[in-house]
Amino acid sequence: MRELSLHILDIAENGIRAGADHLLIHVEESSADDRLTLAVEDNGRGMPEEKIRRIDDPFVTTRQTRRVGLGLSLLASAARRCQGDISVEARHEKGTRVTATFRRSHIDRAPLGDMAATMEVLIMGNPHIDFRYTHRVDGKEFVLDTRDLKTELGDLSLSDPAVVRYVSDVMRRALEDLAAGSNLTPPMEDADV
Amino acid sequence: MSKLTFEDLERIKQKTASAMALRLGKPRATITVHVGTCGIAAGAREVMQALLSELSASNRSDIRVLAAGCLGNCASEPNVTVAVEGSEPVVYQKMDPEKVQRVFQRHILDGEVLREFTLSP
Repeated sequence: MRELSLHILDIAENGIRAGADHLLIHVEESSADDRLTLAVEDNGRGMPEEKIRRIDDPFVTTRQTRRVGLGLSLLASAARRCQGDISVEARHEKGTRVTATFRRSHIDRAPLGDMAATMEVLIMGNPHIDFRYTHRVDGKEFVLDTRDLKTELGDLSLSDPAVVRYVSDVMRRALEDLAAGSNLTPPMEDADV
Repeated sequence: MSKLTFEDLERIKQKTASAMALRLGKPRATITVHVGTCGIAAGAREVMQALLSELSASNRSDIRVLAAGCLGNCASEPNVTVAVEGSEPVVYQKMDPEKVQRVFQRHILDGEVLREFTLSP
């Protein structure tokens, strides 16, 4: 995947296919540790122990539409290529938490990319799912919680195109401000992953 | 930092209030974008964003755009399924923002299936 935000979309959709109705998505960037951490946690049906042990194997999947599973193994190899790692904690019937870490300045690290587009697509495409997105850069934080937004909107749908666009525009600007006010070096936008 | 303000949400709420009544009914058309790993790698996110723009511009409140998993035809991603009330669903293959815009205009709005883009013509 050419952006880490596409991996996040993919792992989040996995959670939704696993029956989740609430997802927590967290991105953390730290210049002091030179780390970038992504976490996606869902309350879906979890994964059997045996599948978790074999997440690097693209021929392991819980799906039935095709016989290969690609998402987790792609994220695992992207993280490990950048002196990072992946961990999958799943409890049967209780949900899954996928955490991937990267050395932020690693030359092979794909840019985070358009996280606002990922959230836009998740919110519009899954009107019955709640999302909480947190993004922390050197201790400063941006939070987007669809439960709060839905309360505020009353009977107007959060998947209304005008509302989704407004939310993603605000999010895009907020994340730019977060990066601009930090000590982070700009990402390598031309990294070829 | 930019903030989500509830005043702005209130403004949008009033602007779209007229469309509300229609939206409560059953959708006339549902567009499903298949966002499995294969679809995402092939550009499904951009396809879905193009649909959001089209939907927004059309001002139609009886059309739904939803996300779903992989169909199993990974070589032809991004796949998009169009289901218009009263007709069999049609699966489009190898979509991109420009093609899906044509599908929206011609199939969803004008009712004409674009055979050159369908999975099994």
